[in-house]
Amino acid sequence: MSLLSVRQLVKRFGGVLATDHLDLEFQAGELHAVIGPNGAGKTTLINLLSGELPSTQGSIVFQGRDITQLPVDARALRGVARSYQVTSVFTEFTAAENVILAVQARSGHSFSFWRPVLADRSLREPALEMLATVGLLRLADERVCNLAYGECRQLEIAMTLAMQPKVLLLDEPMAGMSQRESQSIVDLLLRLKGEYAIVLVEHDMDAVFALADRISVLVYGRCIATGSAENIRSSSEVKAAYLGGEETTL
Amino acid sequence: MTWALLATQLLNGLQLGVLLFLLSAGLTLVLGIMNFVNLAHGSLYMMGAYFAAALYGRTESFLLAAIGALAGTLALGATLERLVISKLYQRDHLDQVMATSGLILVLNEVVRIVWGVSPMFIGLPEALRKTVTVMGFQYPAYRFLVIAVGLLMGAGLYLLIHRTVVGMLIRAGASNAPMVSALGVNIGRINALVFAAGAGLAGVAGAMAAPIFSVQPGMGESVLIQVLVVIVTGGVGSVRGAFYAALIVGVVDTIGRVLLPSLLGQLFESSVAQAAGPALGSILIYLMMAVVLAVRPKGLFPVKHG
Amino acid sequence: MADHDNYTRTRWLAPAFVVAALALLPVAAHWTGQTYYQVIGTRIMVFALAAAGLNLILGFGALVSMGHALYLGVGAYSVAILSHYGVSSGWIHLATALAISTACAFVIGAVCLRATGVAFIMITLAFAQMFYFLAIGLRAFGGDEGLQISLRSRFGPLDLSDATTLYYVAFAVLMLTLVAMHRLVHARFGLLLRGVKNNERRMRALGFPVRRYQLVAYVLSALVCTMAGLLLANLTRFASPSYMAWNVSGELIVLVILGGLGTVIGPVVGAGVWIVLEETLTSFGLGLPNDGDAWMREHWLGFLGLLIVWVALSMRSGLYGSLVRRRGGTER
Repeated sequence: MSLLSVRQLVKRFGGVLATDHLDLEFQAGELHAVIGPNGAGKTTLINLLSGELPSTQGSIVFQGRDITQLPVDARALRGVARSYQVTSVFTEFTAAENVILAVQARSGHSFSFWRPVLADRSLREPALEMLATVGLLRLADERVCNLAYGECRQLEIAMTLAMQPKVLLLDEPMAGMSQRESQSIVDLLLRLKGEYAIVLVEHDMDAVFALADRISVLVYGRCIATGSAENIRSSSEVKAAYLGGEETTL
Repeated sequence: MTWALLATQLLNGLQLGVLLFLLSAGLTLVLGIMNFVNLAHGSLYMMGAYFAAALYGRTESFLLAAIGALAGTLALGATLERLVISKLYQRDHLDQVMATSGLILVLNEVVRIVWGVSPMFIGLPEALRKTVTVMGFQYPAYRFLVIAVGLLMGAGLYLLIHRTVVGMLIRAGASNAPMVSALGVNIGRINALVFAAGAGLAGVAGAMAAPIFSVQPGMGESVLIQVLVVIVTGGVGSVRGAFYAALIVGVVDTIGRVLLPSLLGQLFESSVAQAAGPALGSILIYLMMAVVLAVRPKGLFPVKHG
Repeated sequence: MADHDNYTRTRWLAPAFVVAALALLPVAAHWTGQTYYQVIGTRIMVFALAAAGLNLILGFGALVSMGHALYLGVGAYSVAILSHYGVSSGWIHLATALAISTACAFVIGAVCLRATGVAFIMITLAFAQMFYFLAIGLRAFGGDEGLQISLRSRFGPLDLSDATTLYYVAFAVLMLTLVAMHRLVHARFGLLLRGVKNNERRMRALGFPVRRYQLVAYVLSALVCTMAGLLLANLTRFASPSYMAWNVSGELIVLVILGGLGTVIGPVVGAGVWIVLEETLTSFGLGLPNDGDAWMREHWLGFLGLLIVWVALSMRSGLYGSLVRRRGGTER
């Protein structure tokens, strides 16, 4: 049984059909890339999966339970974690504090009013460990507003990982990155593959084909093809829809 | 509780509702489009009342007084927008609350300096001092006029917003302001226009209210809070919501204040009921607002955001 | 590292100065025979306490409540009504006030937090108005004239009818509150609150049930304001609906902003500056030529209004906040 699946998922914005009766399955341990031209509804899908957008119709099932009506924070605590296309971190805090917050979210309640949070080893140690995983340990006490763009993106992922998720929803993690920075994210994801189910929305085709076990192609909110990287690469329908019929190497 | 009394209070409520609508229409648009909290809106209402009172004192013409109030508040609104308001669009609500609170104090003081502390009274021309017989009872002609003018302006606003290009831009701005700007429309001019227009509406409301309520410093604050209840109940940014909510709030508040004390007094003999009646009557609209919010957090007729 | 030490030392210098000044004020007042300064000092501390309460959700939490003055009223009226019935025990006054405030704050907070942004501001204002009218409607307890307090609060041997006792009780309560607030801000709860202020969307995505914590923060801030209300009633010997008027709520916001959002000592600085300014304009005078002082005494509110507009337009982090920022560090 798949870890996360959507059945006949529909999202309408007024008259616009952003998500058109999607049926998708995401398996544990697999990296499933979602690609498609701009406006295909990829970020909408991530928002629907994470709960930030309520769906118009259809259902979302996670670990065998229907989570369609659950709010964002409830889904996050169950193990559905996302990162943002436009970096969404806590700019006023240090990198360590950012990840500490992520750890704090799942370590009991926060009705603690007296003990300094930064001195709490049970929060600090996992946070530093996570920073080390993404290669940001040296910047732990640096305020995020002083970090470079690529470092913020890495922090995004560190926070998402610190949530001990079962499925990672990554919304264009490599957006706006240089070649070298993108490569470090690809390396990171290669290391993480197998541990989590990963739903990856990306435009960087090199990264997609380096990482993906399965690929789904969305066009105007509909899924026009799902398959292994090889199948998708050679599919003429995909080429037509994506590239308008032009012959190009994908 | 005679029929005549009930009908009179209903009409009074309608009249209050119409005034509240004029005030809330402008404010809800400013809130919806520019996301700007203008607590000084009540002060613009006050200025309208003062302009009208002062002009009527000079010219003895109610029409001129009303027009003068409109012109005066349009100008004042436009000036404030350029000098203070426009600098705060990008700031958070806190700064806007603070700045407009300061403006309230300043305008109250200006009024005290120019016109003194004691309330001004504005008379009415002969024609409007009559009463009209409606369905078997007497009702002041002036208040009828207020209701009529208010409804007319409501209709006019509806036509403006739904049938003209400017109105379309305003609706688009209320739904998605950054997008309108991105489409190349000079959002700065629209903002100035909306704010000034809102001020003008408030001024007209003030002019019309002047003969009914006393014109004094600080008269804007109490009405402002009722306007806020209207906006929250109707839905922020929604003129349609403001219309219905204003009428509801006007009627509920008026009838509540009159009915509740006598109702409670008849049902319960105790002095507690005697005391609770007026208190309950005055908080009825807030209770109503709380109930609406509990059921529909975005108001009764919320604007759909694109 | 020397810079860091300098910075740490400076960060504690200002608060230490403020605390010392407040601690020694009565001594100076008695020594110079100007006991009125002690009254002003008490007033500063009462409003500093109220502002500190508001600061919890406003400065650290970004919830703009335009209705916090209602809790001042609850505190004041608890004292007044109980005193009216002959109860002078400060403990009963306090317990009653806190119990009522907790209940009200939970309900009001829960309703208000269903709204966001502008609507939240307006709903908090509407609720304060509700209580204002309720108090006016309570004709048995003075109605719009307010209620005189004959019996003031007594906490064991401490009788708040003595001005100096009241001063130092207020001082103690303020200091304890500030210490508690400092700890809270650096504890899990505080980090959560500040996280919500910085990026609410992300907090939810991390799994925090944000509204629950905001409600608790709201209730805590209401309780602090309630204590301030109790002290205010003892200071003025009076409880009035005007304590809950919208302009008092607005004034509390001004105090918080003047002092600097998101600093623990900020509200004290804000209250001090504001009340001293108010007293100067209305009583002492600035020494302006040509009857300027008399004019100012008449129209000081308008002048303060201009000041508020100016501060809103130009000062982004308040007086104290600007001071700390120039030292180049995080305001904590």
